Amino acid sequence: MIELVNITKTYRMGSMDITVLTDISLNVQRGEFIAVMGPSGSGKSTLMNILGCLDRPTSGVYYFETREISTLTDDELASVRNTKIGFVFQTFNLLPRFSALKNVEVPLIYSGVPARRRQERAAPLLEKVGLKTRMQHKPTELSGGQQQRVAIARALVNNPSLLLADEPTGNLDSSSGEEILKILSELNHQGVTIILVTHDPEVAAQCNRIINVKDGRIINDQVNA
Amino acid sequence: MNFLETFRVAFEAILSNKVRSGLTMLGVIIGVMAVILLVSIGEGARTYITKELTGLGTNLLIITSGKTTTSGGFHPPAAGTVRKLTYDDSLALRRRAWLISDAVPIVFGTGKIKYENRGRDTSIIGTTNEFSRVRNLFVDSGAFISQGDVDSKAKVVVLGRRVKDELFGEESPLGKIVRVADARYRVVGVMRKKGTSLGWDIDDVVFIPVTSGQELFDTDGLFEILASTPRAEDVDRAIVQIKDLLIRRHAHKEDFTIQTQGAILETMGSILGILTAVLGGIAGISLLVGGIGIMNIMLVSVRERTREIGIRKALGARNKDIMAQFIVEAITLSGVGGVIGIFIGVSIALVIPLFVTVLPTTVSAWSIVMAFTFSVAVGVFFGVYPARKAALQDPIQALRYE
Ligand SMILES: Nc1ncnc2c1ncn2[C@@H]1O[C@H](COP(=O)(O)OP(=O)(O)OP(=O)(O)O)[C@@H](O)[C@H]1O
Ligand SMILES: [Mg+2]
Repeated sequence: MIELVNITKTYRMGSMDITVLTDISLNVQRGEFIAVMGPSGSGKSTLMNILGCLDRPTSGVYYFETREISTLTDDELASVRNTKIGFVFQTFNLLPRFSALKNVEVPLIYSGVPARRRQERAAPLLEKVGLKTRMQHKPTELSGGQQQRVAIARALVNNPSLLLADEPTGNLDSSSGEEILKILSELNHQGVTIILVTHDPEVAAQCNRIINVKDGRIINDQVNA
Repeated sequence: MNFLETFRVAFEAILSNKVRSGLTMLGVIIGVMAVILLVSIGEGARTYITKELTGLGTNLLIITSGKTTTSGGFHPPAAGTVRKLTYDDSLALRRRAWLISDAVPIVFGTGKIKYENRGRDTSIIGTTNEFSRVRNLFVDSGAFISQGDVDSKAKVVVLGRRVKDELFGEESPLGKIVRVADARYRVVGVMRKKGTSLGWDIDDVVFIPVTSGQELFDTDGLFEILASTPRAEDVDRAIVQIKDLLIRRHAHKEDFTIQTQGAILETMGSILGILTAVLGGIAGISLLVGGIGIMNIMLVSVRERTREIGIRKALGARNKDIMAQFIVEAITLSGVGGVIGIFIGVSIALVIPLFVTVLPTTVSAWSIVMAFTFSVAVGVFFGVYPARKAALQDPIQALRYE
């Protein structure tokens, strides 16, 4: 499903080049549930952004479902983000002025779903993540765990084949974190490919593959028994 | 993302910051209001003057002595070579220029007119009987100056309505003796009430025979000769005829000027058109300032909503979706401001003449359409730069923005 070949990412800071990712090669099969681990600053988020088509690698090739991502235009990338990939951020990134329901509907706006059909698709997802009674709440009226569940519902609304989660439980207490994880592994059982970043070995233990990153390189990539 | 959706998003954004949106719109509101108002005043003046002048008849020809040229303005002829227009000139025109139906000699001056112990400074017009017909001014009681009065230099006077009211009040003045610049005149008629036209009170005037007028003002010349053609098409030919005749009578010199009412009308119209354009242009500048206000606020708004832009892009918004969102927001601000401005501007323009009678206004459809189009254009023009700035942001940078 995903193939990365010799991906590097370099940031230019004044006259200095900072290489954040070096020579990353990676293969992901459909249906995998992968944890990415590594110390702070090792380049995990950078890798996730590239996987999520939010950022372009400096060099290397990225195949997503047979398409080579670096050849796509900005608009084509936007369309891939919109329909193929669900992204869950550590900081939720909900639109503060919108209700939970409206937030979940946002990706549907850009995939051309007419206004009256959006709710039909957004509401069941919020129900699924246990927020049936919170649909009209604004993000500030929700707990952290609830906000993250809204973000997950939003990531799923266009039925993506890949779900990327950058420390989805990082800002949550352990019980909320567990709930989120439960939702994710359920989704994985339904066939959604999931890649998540975590610092928590217990979270990683629930995944079927663990990738360790250090200084922008993959130092370990093992199947979790 | 469809159009309606874009509008809804824009409206929500505008409503979420009412005070700021309102103040931003105020710039456009004032600009549009000024355009509508000033243009309606300019147009009003033009319509008013056109109407008044047309009322005098477009077939009217005005012959004055001295030569004006289009290039050099008025050149008073060198002393000694001037031949004034005379009463005989007007008689010759009347007799021999068959294309014109009238040739009315006019002398003009001001003087005091007195009855018993009441007096009034007024305009005195010396003319002939035809004046009444050519200028559409008729007597209310008595009779206008007759040809007999002119031939015999009779000391008779016809009073304008206002002069009659001032000197006689309710009393009938017919047959009474008044003093016109110290000469004794018998009142033979009173004019019908006419009102003010082009700033001149037509009722504040007296008429005497042209011959008596020449004696009164001690001149053998005329102030002007009014001529008119029965048909508008004949005006140009009539001018040629009058010229021929007068040049022959004036020792082969063209020392007079013939103006047509139509030409005066055209000149006035174009001067007022320029005036209106200038006023509109000045008002347009304030609209431009309003547009800059919109751009300013849009830039602030783009900056404030950087994160929102990042989120929308991460979720699949294309550059043009973001661009459309902000442009529509700018257009909505300027468009709504424009509509409000038009509403206020038109209201004021309609109310002004009720209180300030000397300021006629005409609200023309084109000025409304223009003001609205212009305000929307301002929104597009000043919205594009901020919108582009928003659309071209890198999603990752935008998401990181605090
Ligand atoms: N825009 C940028 N310009 C310069 N350097 C950057 C930029 N973005 C990230 N970096 C650098 O890239 C490195 C990796 O950052 P990244 O966010 O991927 O780390 P991370 O593994 O996600 O860390 P954490 O666990 O703390 O989230 C860091 O050293 C960071 O300073
Ligand atoms: Mg990170």
